[in-house]
Amino acid sequence: MAVTVTPQQLIEALRAGDRRALARAITLVENREPAGEAILQSLYPLTGNAFIVGVTGAPGVGKSTLVSALIDAYRQRGARVGVIAVDPSSPFSGGAILGDRIRLAGSRRDEGVYFRSLSNRGQVGGLSRATGDIIHVLDAAGFDVIIVETVGAGQSEVEIMRYAHTVLVLTAPGLGDDVQASKAGILEIGDIFVVNKADREGADRTASELRHMISLAPQGDGDAWKPPVILTVASTGQGIDDLVAAIEQHREYLKDRDTLARRRRQLVERHLGELVSERLLAALQRAAGDRWRQAVDEVVARRRSPADAVRRLLSDVDVLAGLAREAGSGGGDPVEA
Amino acid sequence: MDGTSQAPNCAAPGAERAAAPGAGPGSGRQFLTLSGQPVKAVYRPEDAPIDYARDLGDPGRYPFTRGPYETMYRGRLWTMRQFAGYGTAAETNRRFKYLLEQGQTGLSVAFDFPTLLGYDSDHPFSDGEVGKLGVAIDTLADMERLFEGIPLAQVSTSMTINGPAMVLYAMYLAVAEKQGADWRQLRGTIQNDILKEYYAQNTYIFPPQPSLKIITDIFAFSSEHVPKWNTISISGYHIREAGATAVQELAFTLANGFTYVEEGIKAGLDVDCFAPRLSFFWDIHNDFFEEIAKLRAARRIWARRMRERYGAKDPRSWAMRFHAQTAGVSLTAQQPENNIVRVALQALAAVLGGCQSLHTNSFDEALALPTEQAVRIALRTQQIIAEETGVTNTIDPLAGSYFVEALTDQMERQAEEYFRRIEEIGGVVAGIEKGFFQKEIADASYAFQRRVQQGQYVIVGVNKYQMEEEQPVPILKIGEDVQRRQIRDLRQIKRSRHRRRVSETLRSLAAAARRGDNVMPPLLDAVRAYATLGEICDTLREVYGEYREQAIF
Amino acid sequence: MDRPIRVLVAKPGMDAHDRGAKVIARAFRDAGMEVIYTGLRQTPQAIVDAAVDEDVDVVGLSILSGAHNTLVPRIMDLLRQAGLDDVVVVVGGIIPDDDIPALKAAGVAEVFGPGSDLDRIVEFVRQAVRERQRIG
Ligand SMILES: Nc1nc2c(ncn2[C@@H]2O[C@H](COP(=O)(O)OP(=O)(O)O)[C@@H](O)[C@H]2O)c(=O)[nH]1
Ligand SMILES: [Mg+2]
Repeated sequence: MAVTVTPQQLIEALRAGDRRALARAITLVENREPAGEAILQSLYPLTGNAFIVGVTGAPGVGKSTLVSALIDAYRQRGARVGVIAVDPSSPFSGGAILGDRIRLAGSRRDEGVYFRSLSNRGQVGGLSRATGDIIHVLDAAGFDVIIVETVGAGQSEVEIMRYAHTVLVLTAPGLGDDVQASKAGILEIGDIFVVNKADREGADRTASELRHMISLAPQGDGDAWKPPVILTVASTGQGIDDLVAAIEQHREYLKDRDTLARRRRQLVERHLGELVSERLLAALQRAAGDRWRQAVDEVVARRRSPADAVRRLLSDVDVLAGLAREAGSGGGDPVEA
Repeated sequence: MDGTSQAPNCAAPGAERAAAPGAGPGSGRQFLTLSGQPVKAVYRPEDAPIDYARDLGDPGRYPFTRGPYETMYRGRLWTMRQFAGYGTAAETNRRFKYLLEQGQTGLSVAFDFPTLLGYDSDHPFSDGEVGKLGVAIDTLADMERLFEGIPLAQVSTSMTINGPAMVLYAMYLAVAEKQGADWRQLRGTIQNDILKEYYAQNTYIFPPQPSLKIITDIFAFSSEHVPKWNTISISGYHIREAGATAVQELAFTLANGFTYVEEGIKAGLDVDCFAPRLSFFWDIHNDFFEEIAKLRAARRIWARRMRERYGAKDPRSWAMRFHAQTAGVSLTAQQPENNIVRVALQALAAVLGGCQSLHTNSFDEALALPTEQAVRIALRTQQIIAEETGVTNTIDPLAGSYFVEALTDQMERQAEEYFRRIEEIGGVVAGIEKGFFQKEIADASYAFQRRVQQGQYVIVGVNKYQMEEEQPVPILKIGEDVQRRQIRDLRQIKRSRHRRRVSETLRSLAAAARRGDNVMPPLLDAVRAYATLGEICDTLREVYGEYREQAIF
Repeated sequence: MDRPIRVLVAKPGMDAHDRGAKVIARAFRDAGMEVIYTGLRQTPQAIVDAAVDEDVDVVGLSILSGAHNTLVPRIMDLLRQAGLDDVVVVVGGIIPDDDIPALKAAGVAEVFGPGSDLDRIVEFVRQAVRERQRIG
């Protein structure tokens, strides 16, 4: 159908619980279309109420199953739940197969749950941007809890997890790679560690290894958060109540120590930083024109080092003058949806 | 003698450039088996260094490469067993009787999807599926109707059922009991092979662990009470149909088999008590020699493992017996009559590979359920092979062929490599959870489809020799009123049964499942009380939970 | 930014044969599309809910069980009720020729039988989405 609605109408509709409007708004935002930018702008004042939980861990440990169990648990507590599940895109075609929806209990129909599958579209920074923006949309749409599921591999995961208030890192016994996964940088980002598949042999051992590793990690000041290790069987719901309790504890901790506010500030700072560098770069490229290409050529030919090329570009008065002009004009243009 | 060295060059000038320089006959394109294995133009003794006693042995002797029995088809032909089932039990009963009159020697029941998945016909989810691809069974009453006038003590019956296998098995036993047949004389098979369901056929209900537990319950119960029953048919068929290669089918199926053996041993059973009742089920695809080699390799690997790794002492535990079915995926909707020829060649491969029973597909199955005429032609195909061609006179006639022996060896080696990888992952169940099998099969299936797309594999009538206008063939359609009639009958049963007995038997079933007791005795009580399949499965779902698939690509 | 086509690939009903659905999901992916795979045993309502949530351009249904005459019209109805009448719906599987006209009358864009050319399916979907966007 024709997109005759304005961003404002879309926002009103999604605030009133129209799922199609919400879904369409997310698409616009994800694709960074002008209407999406406009939506984000108007939505922004309405955000800041949702609690954001990140779920990460190696493929097959049970993230999606756990998310499904968490949805049930939060629904029972009366919260509205939004879920973003991120899967990698194919490096060859840019396409993707997004399969996390499978674990969503099939026949259940629930207005209080919104589930969106996302491809990382091959970009690290872009992924965290899109995810962050979509979190804002769900937040403004009134979801109390927003769960983000990603595959626990690589820098992009760590990036996405910075948007979360509480990060769950999943492992499972008997997958061979359980503790490995936690070593590879994920140990630092976990607020709560979950040993899923506790019905399996070796769960206790995995848990105690994890506890040991956590105890070796550098400690903050006296009352710093000590990540707990929770055992769950996501497929039957066992341990989920304990997990929700731990998440709530962490939330309280963040509130008490004003960490929540600090995290939010850090987030905003990052976000602004990204935006500024993105805009400035675009403006600079426009302003420098041929000189930008020249700089690239010179570095490729190894006549100049990258740092030297940048120094030259930024000391060129014409470029700087153009930059001042260009940077002022970008963004914020009126858009038609 | 080298056939190429003296050959005069009679080719047209252009032809030479097309072929790779200096290569042998037919070079310039790769010659592959259907599974993508390169094959040579000529095989020589050094390609197949066989030690007769170690690698082949006589038929009926370890390692059973040449067949599980000493006399094979001279002693008894394979069982001609056409899979059938549609509509209500009464309709399928008529088809069974028709097939028996036509000379078929065993029955094979196809169930509809609600039955395969453990739902009653009146469940909302069953809407549109009742009686569609098989017969609908809700209660013991349906099972009684299905076998009405067929003496169960005298036929052998195969039931393709997995998730709820224990329920249908209990119903069968209850019908036999009512007919006055002795359980100890009953012959037949339940598929009951849950592991491949998780990655190939998808008719699972519970998660793998409790499902395996139920299977060992059936092993234990049957070895005591129904000793001639094949308690499991470890099936490569669906793995292959899901897109696996012949080697994957071979390796994954055997790996599943080893897992069942290990589970039985873990449950405290003596391997020789249950292993002789394990049977297999293979898919027979288009690549003639590859299929024969697969069957021979399968018998050899099984025998070696059973004796050497699992310490089985009874030769019957070593000897693999199997059912075979021609490949459903190989049937084409285009020019469907061509399927008659495909099926005949596949059936010949199954027989040369030494099957114990065989289903030949009907040529119209890519379009719909088979008509009676199509089923008859399929059965006649087997009868022609059995009684006109003479291939049954001599056992394992291809043994000693350099090519077939080399291919048999190669498949055994490649299967061993897969066993190693599966072990590395932590076994079959871990492999399922990690999506190992799903991914391997999806990759193979997609690669094959791409090769067809590029014309590297020819499918006659589909990507070569197509016809513009095709003659329509008559097909069998199942009316929508089957569902209505089935639901009406089900309501009738629910009204007339003893309600308290139903809930009592279901309660004891749940209790037994919770305690980890053998579920077969309380199951028998429940079906005798006319508890429905759905009620029984729901009771167990409460205890065991439900399994959900994974997206693996 | 060129927006990738989003496709929902679903298996409605109880039919368990998913080889075709998986192959076509891969073909869509390899053509640069984003495929939301909902897997087996989906009710018509769940499929339509997913189509709404995921804001897809295309819904691909794979049915080999013979239940298409029951399931497809129901899905088409629910799509309309959800306001998704412009979504391109394609059906694949074992569908007798006689049943195709009724499915098309219900709003199905195309039916692809066994042995259909993957590239042709992909091209059809691309074209249909392009047309839909032009109208939109
Ligand atoms: N035994 C057991 N299996 C589980 C548990 N949680 C998930 N699984 C299974 O593990 C597999 C992978 O689960 P999934 O949620 O898709 O994992 P993800 O890739 O991390 O999202 C599936 O087969 C699940 O059924 C659990 O607690 N115990
Ligand atoms: Mg997942």
